[in-house]
Amino acid sequence: MSELVVQDLRMYYQSRRGQVRAVDGVSFTLAPGKALGIVGESGCGKSSLGITLLRLLPPNGRVMGGSVRLGGEELLTMDEETFRKNIRWKKLAMVFQGAMNALNPVLTVGSQIAEAILAHERVTKEEAERRAKDLLAMVGINPARYGHYPHEFSGGMKQRAVIAMALACNPQVIIADEPTTALDVMVQAQVLKAISDLRQRLGLSLILVSHDLSVVAQTCDEVAVMYAGKIVEHGPVEEVLVRPRHPYTQGLTQAFPDIRADRAPIVSIPGTPPNLLSPPSGCRFHPRCPLADELCAREEPELVEKGAARHRVACHQVSVSGEVAEVRFA
Amino acid sequence: MKASNGEILLEVRNLVKHFPLRRSLKDIMQGKRSAVRAVDGVSFFVRRGEILGLVGESGCGKTTTGRVLLRLEEPTSGEIIFDGQDITQLSRQEMTRLRRRMQIVFQDPYDSMNPNLDVFRIVAEPLRIQGLARDHDEVTERVARALADVELTPVEEYMHRYPRELSGGQRQRVAIARALVLDPDFIVADEPVSMLDVSIRGGILKILMRLVRERGLSLLFITHDLSLARHFCDRIAVMYLGKIVEHGAADSLVYRPHHPYTQALMDAVLSTDPRQKHIFTGLTGEIPNPANPPSGCRLHPRCPLATGLCRTEEPPLVEHKDGHWAACHHVEQSLARLEAKVTTAAAAEAE
Ligand SMILES: Nc1ncnc2c1ncn2[C@@H]1O[C@H](COP(=O)(O)OP(=O)(O)OP(=O)(O)O)[C@@H](O)[C@H]1O
Ligand SMILES: Nc1ncnc2c1ncn2[C@@H]1O[C@H](COP(=O)(O)OP(=O)(O)OP(=O)(O)O)[C@@H](O)[C@H]1O
Ligand code: SF4
Ligand SMILES: [Mg+2]
Ligand SMILES: [Mg+2]
Repeated sequence: MSELVVQDLRMYYQSRRGQVRAVDGVSFTLAPGKALGIVGESGCGKSSLGITLLRLLPPNGRVMGGSVRLGGEELLTMDEETFRKNIRWKKLAMVFQGAMNALNPVLTVGSQIAEAILAHERVTKEEAERRAKDLLAMVGINPARYGHYPHEFSGGMKQRAVIAMALACNPQVIIADEPTTALDVMVQAQVLKAISDLRQRLGLSLILVSHDLSVVAQTCDEVAVMYAGKIVEHGPVEEVLVRPRHPYTQGLTQAFPDIRADRAPIVSIPGTPPNLLSPPSGCRFHPRCPLADELCAREEPELVEKGAARHRVACHQVSVSGEVAEVRFA
Repeated sequence: MKASNGEILLEVRNLVKHFPLRRSLKDIMQGKRSAVRAVDGVSFFVRRGEILGLVGESGCGKTTTGRVLLRLEEPTSGEIIFDGQDITQLSRQEMTRLRRRMQIVFQDPYDSMNPNLDVFRIVAEPLRIQGLARDHDEVTERVARALADVELTPVEEYMHRYPRELSGGQRQRVAIARALVLDPDFIVADEPVSMLDVSIRGGILKILMRLVRERGLSLLFITHDLSLARHFCDRIAVMYLGKIVEHGAADSLVYRPHHPYTQALMDAVLSTDPRQKHIFTGLTGEIPNPANPPSGCRLHPRCPLATGLCRTEEPPLVEHKDGHWAACHHVEQSLARLEAKVTTAAAAEAE
């Protein structure tokens, strides 16, 4: 099992109106077997980060710099042939946002999983079918349903089936993009349970993309908070979600209602999410930040360890020892 | 200011909405009828100046309930008493007039907004339908007021934009402004913030809350998000397969859910606190087909407390304490189980 090291990764979409800086200097390390949650608002670049790692960019997406290493091997400059043969789906797999709705309606779910195996490995049809059934069982679906069509599956089963598909070639790292977003709470719990079990059984590393803090709180070891194409805070979930330091993370945790907490007024972060065609100067959060000063507007804060080990924050107002004013959003 | 005085504005009794299913020739020959029983005998009330949350899983009938209340769908049977009058008896014309007082914000703002109209015309549309758009100055004034109510200011800046030129949050505000322009007494808000990020949805919720508190507006707030309902609504009603299984004050419902379904639903909501790792997968099995719901209590095939009685007899919705209603034959056992769980959790914490 190998470590994933991402350094200063940049990927911009070229558009008629300019460059959309969707991934703009992202760095993190994912240790083998660990789960990293990526959270942040719609449009901040979470999915873009995923498809950049997997090198499945649309024609207008361009890697502008940085490095992605898996087990020491550089992936960004690897030729496509080698990447396709050895890395994509084999070591690094992804469950795309909304994938469960992209299952082919006229093929059985089982055959689609078997197809994914056959596409990448030289095995017999029978072998592929046997493995597809094992994969179904692994995500908690009765293998007897191998021959059923997508419309005969519930939403939660479809989502688990696409997870099984991503596991077809025994990857080491799996990126799951919003795997439970459209699902009801009970079904969401079933899918997350399946993901957690798989992780333990297979020793998978996981990157779980979600806009829902509670999903990440319950399934991940670490969390990276993205804002406007950048990671603004990253560390163990018990650190970042319990003692958030970056004002944006403070706002995000306050805005998330906890059902078990006493009744409290709903909180929002004033202002509008940034435009990635022309992101704000300095700290990208500064126009919405109650702590911002002139330095914040001018200079971009670096993502560095502050206070606790492995707890990185990119904010001028957080001291080296991790002290910061408490921000109360209303 | 017409604050809540506990007076009931809307009462629904035994409301039913069935959607007929297309039948096979054989079914037709055999005279078999079948229907999706989307709403199947629902009773509840909304007071003046309060927010009632309607929660439940996808397909349980929330949207249908909301639409039937305004007679955007005709009820199959049941009574809808609005301000003392059974509106199921009103003619179409009378109903159109009544919509001045009853409005809806649709689940999907992208679908419900004509992309070829600008904000001004979208918001003014209800005035036009009501025949109130004769005086252009007055229309402008009312539209401007509605836009100011939802904090789309300066209003001149937004009046002539098209939906595609607005963010999701702004579009949702336009949808609310359209519902407000007639100054209604009652609004059905169907998942008004579910498509929005947490950081911006608070702004919209605050606007709704202010209108409720300042103007005594009554709101039926439809959501699948129990955590949100818990913090935003005064009372909550929980739906399962076309039925309301429990309703009561938000605090009471969350702290002491009486019904096994509500308990499971609550349990499945994940905590945002990473120190309390706990993924509860809820009830066994899946939600049955609403065209063919289980006999007796609809939850019985999935309920841990089900007995023979539950299989044969439908439990009535009865008041247990202080306006807390539940429809379950075994509320005592259900509460005892909850009690036991709380005790074990407390013991675990003490360790
Ligand atoms: N093909 C594309 N061309 C141009 N811009 C794009 C393209 N795909 C995405 N974008 C833009 O890039 C930014 C990041 O998009 P991305 O899909 O990565 O966000 P996200 O964080 O996954 O959002 P969500 O939570 O809504 O899924 C957004 O501003 C988006 O509009
Ligand atoms: N026009 C229709 N014709 C036939 N069936 C319908 C119609 N509208 C809704 N239904 C069915 O009625 C049931 C209740 O649907 P409804 O949209 O009210 O649920 P909901 O609780 O609002 O769900 P969601 O949370 O997904 O919005 C579902 O089984 C749905 O498929
Ligand atoms: S009535 Fe019976 S089946 Fe229904 S919820 Fe109560 S105990 Fe369960
Ligand atoms: Mg995305
Ligand atoms: Mg609905």
